[in-house]
Amino acid sequence: MTPISRGFQGRRRTDVEAARVPPGQYVTDDFPVLSAGPTPHTPLPEWSFTIRGAVDEPRSWSWDELRSLPSETVTVDIHCVTKWSKLDTTWTGVSVDALLDGVDTSAEYVTAWSDGGYTTNLPLEDVTEGRAWVAFAYDDEPLEPEHGGPARLLVPHLYFWKSAKWVRGLELRNEDEPGFWESYGYNNYGDPWQEQRYWGD
Amino acid sequence: MAGTAVLGRLSWQAATVVDHVDETERTRSIVLDPPAWPGHKAGQHVDVRLTAEDGYQAERSYSIASAPEDDHLVLTVERLDDGEVSPYLVDELRPGDALELRGPVGGYFVWEGSLGGPLLLVAGGSGVVPLRAMLRHHRAVRSTVPVRLLYSTRALEDVIYRDELMGLADDGEIDVRFTLTRSQPPRWRGYGRRIDRELLDEVAWPPRERALVYACGPSGFVEAAASFLVELGHDPGTIKTERFGPTGG
Repeated sequence: MTPISRGFQGRRRTDVEAARVPPGQYVTDDFPVLSAGPTPHTPLPEWSFTIRGAVDEPRSWSWDELRSLPSETVTVDIHCVTKWSKLDTTWTGVSVDALLDGVDTSAEYVTAWSDGGYTTNLPLEDVTEGRAWVAFAYDDEPLEPEHGGPARLLVPHLYFWKSAKWVRGLELRNEDEPGFWESYGYNNYGDPWQEQRYWGD
Repeated sequence: MAGTAVLGRLSWQAATVVDHVDETERTRSIVLDPPAWPGHKAGQHVDVRLTAEDGYQAERSYSIASAPEDDHLVLTVERLDDGEVSPYLVDELRPGDALELRGPVGGYFVWEGSLGGPLLLVAGGSGVVPLRAMLRHHRAVRSTVPVRLLYSTRALEDVIYRDELMGLADDGEIDVRFTLTRSQPPRWRGYGRRIDRELLDEVAWPPRERALVYACGPSGFVEAAASFLVELGHDPGTIKTERFGPTGG
């Protein structure tokens, strides 16, 4: 039984469509930062993006090569497990479909890995069919390092820790393997609409 | 079943508020008695949920201020004037009330005696809260790991746990360095500026000591602290960060 919090009124936002806010979330206009360690700063000439693992042949793009691929600009809502949601955020990046185009794999899972050692795991089907991007611009500006620049994964339909900052590649895997936060008590899948925040949710 | 991890769901529970302590003009510690607390590690946090009479709910996360060994679960909350939840927790909630919570949460930004040290704790404002849990744990397990705390606030009045920290410093248990960024009392002998590279170089152990660093505070503060430490040669893998944004109240 949920007790009433004596005297609590709350501040419902009237300018936000309730159906767009997952359970337990609140809408913010700021862009808070969540990271487990220092912000890495990899110079662009040393940067690359790699697809490896259960593939016939790994493939890799330099920064210039990635930027020369067709990009998409999408406007999406994002939801952080620390409770804030931000609506109508605009990102530009290369769709993961484009990066996986022609890749022959039996893998069902993918682990995104990043500068600084961060990893996060997802089912492959959650990063394909127009559901994920390698994003390098936010609001038409280069993505700031604190928010994951030069490039981060963008998987807006899952909690935002799945959108790995400073992403450097995807490893295709036949078996699922918990990533960084997934090993520290956070949910393996992370669907905000099911409120899958922690282990066992 | 051997080899099978049982991942139980963290359930919401209604904890009774048994006491509160005003720490500063803007912060209050809430002393709680949860009916089924599974225990926690120093540095973890809890989710808190408030429910209005019409069923409207608001959730936020707060760091745990108490050590695992303490008798009660303590949250220390800073009132954010434009916040939805923190003004209620700081100004309205009183002993005898129930507060719904779920936790503990988070397994990375934690310190246990077995992790060793030396331990460098870097706090900005109310970012001291999870670090205070580590200090209390350090004392409770009689750890001999050397500890330094660098604590940045605007003024001396904004220092949370002032007496407790001074006491630990007087006992020689930990080495506490304050920096007051806006105003300093007369004859102040601590630092009087925002953290910079030189300040961190003076306070931190040399990188070869491989101190474990825990930095918590506003995002800009933590970004600066972590960046300076990396520039000074500290291994990024030894630096754990936790930030709170301009929102979160």
